[in-house]
Amino acid sequence: MFSTIIFWVAAVLAVTAALGTVVARKVVHSAICLCALMVGLGLLYATLDAPFLFVAQILVYTGSIVMLFLFTMMLIGIDTSESLGETIRGQRVASGIAIGALLVLLLTAIAGALIESPGDLTASNEHYGGNAQGLAMLIFTKYVFAFEAASALVLTAALAAMVLAHPEKHGAKTGQRELAAERMKLYADLGISPAPIAGPGVYARGNAIAYPALLPDGDVAPDSISPTLLQRGVVVTDAPALPDLVAEAAAEIAGKLPTPNSTPTPTYTPPFSSTSTPTFPPPPPLTLPPTPTPTQTTPNPNPNLNPDSPGGTR
Amino acid sequence: MGMNMLLLESGFTRWAGASWLVIALPLLVAAVLLSAGALSDSWGHWLGVAGIAVPFCYSILLFCLMLSAPEPFTSTLYTWLSLGTVKVGVSLLVDQLSILFLLLVTGVGMLVAVYTVGYLAHDAGRRRCFGYINLFIAAMLLLVLADNYGLLFLGWEGVGLASYLLIGFWQERNAAALAAKKAFLMNRVADLGLLTAIAVLFTQAGTLRFSAVPAALQEAGGPWAGIVGVALLLAACGKSAQVPLQSWLLDAMEGPTPVSALIHAATMVTAGVYLMLRSVPVYELAPTVRVVVVLIGVLTLFLGAWIAMTERNLKRVLAGSTMSQVGYLMLAAGLGPVGAVFAVFHLLTHGVFKADLFLTAGAITEAVGFNELRKLGGLLKLLPWTFAAFTCGYLAIIGVPFLSGFYSKEHIIAAAWADSPLLGVCALLGVGLTACYMTRLLLLLFAGKPRWQDTYDTDSTSDKHDTDDTADTEDTNTAADVEIRRTPASMAFPLVVLSLLALVGGLALNGWLQSWLAPVFSVTAPATNWLHFDWLSYTAIGVMLVGVLVAVVWYRKVTPAWFEEPVPAIASPGLYADIIMERGIVAPSVRLTSGVTWLEQRGLDSDAADADGTDGLWLGLNGVSALVLRLQNGSVRTYALLCSIGVVVVLALMLFWVWM
Amino acid sequence: MSPNAYLIVSAVLFCVGLSGVLLRRNALVVFMSVEVMLNAANLALVTFSKVHSVLDGQVAAFFTMVVAAAEVVVGLAIIITIFRSKASLSLDDARRLRH
Repeated sequence: MFSTIIFWVAAVLAVTAALGTVVARKVVHSAICLCALMVGLGLLYATLDAPFLFVAQILVYTGSIVMLFLFTMMLIGIDTSESLGETIRGQRVASGIAIGALLVLLLTAIAGALIESPGDLTASNEHYGGNAQGLAMLIFTKYVFAFEAASALVLTAALAAMVLAHPEKHGAKTGQRELAAERMKLYADLGISPAPIAGPGVYARGNAIAYPALLPDGDVAPDSISPTLLQRGVVVTDAPALPDLVAEAAAEIAGKLPTPNSTPTPTYTPPFSSTSTPTFPPPPPLTLPPTPTPTQTTPNPNPNLNPDSPGGTR
Repeated sequence: MGMNMLLLESGFTRWAGASWLVIALPLLVAAVLLSAGALSDSWGHWLGVAGIAVPFCYSILLFCLMLSAPEPFTSTLYTWLSLGTVKVGVSLLVDQLSILFLLLVTGVGMLVAVYTVGYLAHDAGRRRCFGYINLFIAAMLLLVLADNYGLLFLGWEGVGLASYLLIGFWQERNAAALAAKKAFLMNRVADLGLLTAIAVLFTQAGTLRFSAVPAALQEAGGPWAGIVGVALLLAACGKSAQVPLQSWLLDAMEGPTPVSALIHAATMVTAGVYLMLRSVPVYELAPTVRVVVVLIGVLTLFLGAWIAMTERNLKRVLAGSTMSQVGYLMLAAGLGPVGAVFAVFHLLTHGVFKADLFLTAGAITEAVGFNELRKLGGLLKLLPWTFAAFTCGYLAIIGVPFLSGFYSKEHIIAAAWADSPLLGVCALLGVGLTACYMTRLLLLLFAGKPRWQDTYDTDSTSDKHDTDDTADTEDTNTAADVEIRRTPASMAFPLVVLSLLALVGGLALNGWLQSWLAPVFSVTAPATNWLHFDWLSYTAIGVMLVGVLVAVVWYRKVTPAWFEEPVPAIASPGLYADIIMERGIVAPSVRLTSGVTWLEQRGLDSDAADADGTDGLWLGLNGVSALVLRLQNGSVRTYALLCSIGVVVVLALMLFWVWM
Repeated sequence: MSPNAYLIVSAVLFCVGLSGVLLRRNALVVFMSVEVMLNAANLALVTFSKVHSVLDGQVAAFFTMVVAAAEVVVGLAIIITIFRSKASLSLDDARRLRH
């Protein structure tokens, strides 16, 4: 009875989570759904007299595999969204037919071979003194060659991952001298300041990452805000005319306008008197072009780095 | 007493159970030598010698244990293949027959290895050569220790590979590379025979074990025993250089001389004979095929003698002689179990004295730098000890009474005579021919004066490979001052041992061998006293003396001018096989290829066809491939879709199958 | 609980995973869908282990986990490598292996 309840809870959880994994638009949500699926499956294993696998499932999958997915997302950025339109003609229809047929066939096969006896593993488990002991006995005797092969496989995979993930270097290593020369050249050619970018929060009311730095004239320093935050519209500013400022900053980042020294900036308002709204919805022209060209952003010494990552300190 | 027997037996069992080590050790040594590279150049050859010497000591120990408790012992290491009801085990059989081969292979192999240390002392590739020799020994031991045809095939292939590597050891020489290729291809034909036999045994007999095959074949009935017999005969012909497939043996003399001694005299060509010996019960079931075996043996006996009579190169004469003697072995093996016992006898004695002769030839080559008979001669005074060693082998091979060749050959003649007088006459003729060509060789080598002073050389035919080839040619061209090099001790020692064995081997084995091999062939071959002479023995001695006399009369005085005459076509039988091969197989293949090329160029792919717009093949292929190419659009998802459609189809078929 | 219910859950999970593989274009999501499919197979293995009252099915599931772990490591490394060169996670962008 108890196991029946667990089964229904876990089965519903697993199927819902699997659907969520497949359907979620954001990759992170997919990964979280995958976590839930693994927990659900672990529960199912527990009701199937497989306590060792129950623990291993949760440890291996939620603990390491999903974590690996999350690390990968961290490495390559999570804001890469996917357009949902189909690009291959007939793919959806054909896939739907294939999946439907497969499901029907599988269910037919199950229905055709209805299994009456639920089976009983207690004898097998007791024979070795427990489930984990029984599995260990099998793995290290009957399946020891498979086990050794699996260990070789895992070792190879680790080596392969190291080789694959290690970026290849082309050309000589760029040192400080080269970087300095490059900055000066950019300053000479495009007028980009060679000085370090101000970090968020400098002269501002708060020092959270969402507070852009203020210039001595009370102006917002556009380079101090992460483009991602700008894109999301979660930048917090104190100045009353800040929507305009943010818009300007965004436009500046987008078009790399020359710094508008001649235009009088809005007057500085003391921070204490301001009643600012904490967040601003981004105005439409604020969106960044997806692939910035070198002239649009701060020069990035390593072109392999993700251009979306906030260029905090230069 | 009972306790004692038990101890001895368990001792034998324990030691025989370790027989796989005999194969593993040379294999390991070969792996070390071939992978260690130049690191092992300084000590590799001694490791190579040890890799054969240790198995030799083990063989002697096993033999001694076996003398007191002569029971065959099979040690099964594991099941190699288990297909249906047929199981092929990696199991090694140590019985009275295989222990003799074990002794011969490791004994001669060890002596040859010691000899090679000196022979290749100045060759950069000596370590490599030892690697190959060890590989060869390992394969040969696997071949003679296997207890079924499947495992034997493994050793058989290994022997083929090792002989390819060794014949082509001086791979930078085109002749050696070609000879190696030729030997390899010929052996492939032989492998086809063995594979066919194995396949037939698999399907019809259901077993590959030597001990079980005859009964199973008898049960299978029909023509299967005959088919297996023919296939095995083809295999043996290739490996042992018997008539249709003999021509590789002469070319194989391109390898280093010790290798020739090891592979092409003492051990490898005996592999085919060993196969015949193991299959004697199969041939008992197919008397017609047995006659073919005998015929091939007789044919090769004469052809080999003919080649030996006419060849003008020291080693090629010996190669012809080997063919001829192995012909004797095939003849004897075809005579049935009694003949098989004598085949083993002659095989052992021949292995010893032919190794002796080859190694002597190597010593001569080493001493003077070439092995062309027209340039040699008069070596009696220059190389007296080499002469003595050669004479021991010579006397043994022509069958001088009380020496090893006499006993073994006389038994074969007697067995042949008992089978049919015609065969007996053929075997007797073989004795005369052997005496004749060996005497010719002896005279050409040692009698008279050295001919190299009178010879003006046109081509360098030096066998001994020197690193400085041009200097070598220079030496032989101004041949008047050939420098006689001293034979090193490592080369002299094996010669002494082999010479002594060639003298006394027959006496030691005669009589004992018949009873020793009785359980293997389940027949007690007639044994004779060592002083036993009947009319057949006297006839054989008489024929031998006639052969010697004829040779002495013909070749007493040989002048360099004699060699200037071209060899008449009739007298170069070695060529015939090549000509037949060329006209019968190579030329038709070439014609077929050119025909297909013509068809392709004129019919399908010519510019003219393009102009006519009749290039149908191209258009058709292009159209089809354009269709197929659309599937390969590079999208993983399309591929995944196709995969899942495949899964659906297979699943549907499976369900359909189950319900039907 | 009847084993058939577990098998049905397994079949449904497999098909859901397959739909993710076939219809999604984000390489990470596709990869996660493959994991869903693997786990569906694992569930069937464990169920059969119980049905036949032997532990071998659980051992097989264990090995599947090991292989899946190895596969994830290599697969994610490949995804990172592709992302470095293409700056995209879409499977449609990685179609260089075509006619």
